[in-house]
Amino acid sequence: MGILDIFLLEALLNGILLGGVLALLSLGLNLIFGVIDVVWICYAELIMLGMYGMYFLYTVYGAPIVLAGLVCLVGVGILGVILHLLVIAPLLGAAPINQLLATGGVLFFLQSAATIMFGIEFRNLGLRLPILKLSGMFISYSRLLAFATALVGMVLVYLFLTRTYTGAAIRAIAQDRQIMVLMGVDSRRIYVITSALGGALAGLAACLLVLQYDVHPFVGLSFGPIIFLICVLGGLGNFVGGFVAAFVFAEIIALGGLYLDLEWGYVFAFAFFIVMMFIRPQGLMAKRS
Amino acid sequence: MTRAWPWLIGAALVVLPFVYRSPYPLHIMVIILIWSFAYTSWSVMGRFGLVSLGHGGFMGVGAYVTALLWNHGGVSPWLGIPLALLASGLLAVLVAYPCFRFRITGHYFALVTLALSGIVLQVITATRDFTGGSLGYTPERYQGGSSLFALQFSDKTTWYLIALAVWAGGLYVWHLVDRSMMRYALEAISEDEDAAAAAGVHVTAEKLKITVVSAMMTALAGALYGQYQMFISPDTVSGISISLQMVFAVVVGGVYVSLGPTVGAVITILLAEVLRISFGTRAVGWDNLVYGILLVLFIIFLPQGILGSLLDLGRRRAPALPRAAGSG
Repeated sequence: MGILDIFLLEALLNGILLGGVLALLSLGLNLIFGVIDVVWICYAELIMLGMYGMYFLYTVYGAPIVLAGLVCLVGVGILGVILHLLVIAPLLGAAPINQLLATGGVLFFLQSAATIMFGIEFRNLGLRLPILKLSGMFISYSRLLAFATALVGMVLVYLFLTRTYTGAAIRAIAQDRQIMVLMGVDSRRIYVITSALGGALAGLAACLLVLQYDVHPFVGLSFGPIIFLICVLGGLGNFVGGFVAAFVFAEIIALGGLYLDLEWGYVFAFAFFIVMMFIRPQGLMAKRS
Repeated sequence: MTRAWPWLIGAALVVLPFVYRSPYPLHIMVIILIWSFAYTSWSVMGRFGLVSLGHGGFMGVGAYVTALLWNHGGVSPWLGIPLALLASGLLAVLVAYPCFRFRITGHYFALVTLALSGIVLQVITATRDFTGGSLGYTPERYQGGSSLFALQFSDKTTWYLIALAVWAGGLYVWHLVDRSMMRYALEAISEDEDAAAAAGVHVTAEKLKITVVSAMMTALAGALYGQYQMFISPDTVSGISISLQMVFAVVVGGVYVSLGPTVGAVITILLAEVLRISFGTRAVGWDNLVYGILLVLFIIFLPQGILGSLLDLGRRRAPALPRAAGSG
């Protein structure tokens, strides 16, 4: 019995740490969801590119890891702006589902571009952070680091949104995109800033994920769907909701993985999502017109 | 004369394998027909703005239920396929009914169904003791290799004719829907649900009907694919990438015309094959690269799809032509 409790505790703790990373992953997407009202289906693929960036800068070219991280952050942010200008901006007037499908095309494009350029081998940084032993539990430092950075990143974004003029404009546009234009806010500029911010958050997530996971062209498919579900479950554009949903999902996956298989953890998480959509649709309907 | 065209082309397609027996092109045509049918199944509901990303899940259910029943229970596909269709239909009701009841539409609906295809993929992978997991699954060969009872044929011509019949059936369903009252109801719903409900349309029931039809057709496509290829894996018949592939092909071909999905299948499969033949293993990834760019360009510049835009162009030009030329 005692040893089971240790495993349970370890799974719960790992769930919390995973939740922090998932919360960061969904934050960027949530921002874009909430402000531009667009689903970037290819969001996880941007993270994949960021992970490759980290791999090449740090492992192949030997750049210092902090510098590599900063370059990735800025680089993926720029990718976000390019994605917005090339794909989303021409479709802003079209049905929302068209924007979702167009970014689906970008998903195909980025995946296969990565396959062509980098091959399908699994790559990792070749960097192993030590493992923390805490009264019989094993917690990896890379997870702790990811969790801490995710929290700091989220606090910074929160401060940016609540304490700056641009942040206020972003929140205002998320509430009513017609009125804000009349109030003299340049919505195109806000959209570009939001896309850059969303992309930069994907870059930050990439830096943290690459510490724990191997990168390959299809890595996005393994966590992409989870991020979308977290955003929807939390309520689109609702940052606190997304934060809570990320931890609930992570615990379901961690506990499912403990008692059965990791795949069952995902099955339960997906099933939980569908059931929740029916039980608490008002959380989801809040932003619908 | 225009009325005779479909029959003439149909007859030519039936005769084709008896005249031209080269196995490779025949194989490509069977694959094209099966996928055309799957894409048509998607577009039956997709054309009404019900964008589902869960059809990879329905296809996986069709393929795996049929193969599992055959391998573990010795159930003939003649019984197994109807059971698989039933399972897929039930799954569709289970997910779609609450969706429609609680009015989850647009990209919310797309994301809920995305979760569905994720679930089917993960369940197949997780139950690897039965399904072979991500390594794939092979229906057991029936003694001689060809058998009507086991729905296994080593002869490509037989498969070609089966696929052709099923594809034609899919187009027939599309036309039935196109000419029914249901179409008007669903078009009204896709414009404005409240207005449609006020006008006396039973919104939930209409949407549910078309979803179940579409899901069962997709499951049939999955079962046929498994029986023809004699190998299925979670990545080739289920999951999110298959769902996106369906949407993509339909968008390229044209959602609003009956042959649009078929045109989409022909273009995407031929593109992949041409790249594979001319570049071999170096072509890995290039087909999806081209798809991806095309998908973005089509949604921005040609949302009607290739066939849809061509027909539109034809229609716009038609009045300029002398009347006599068009009659017949």
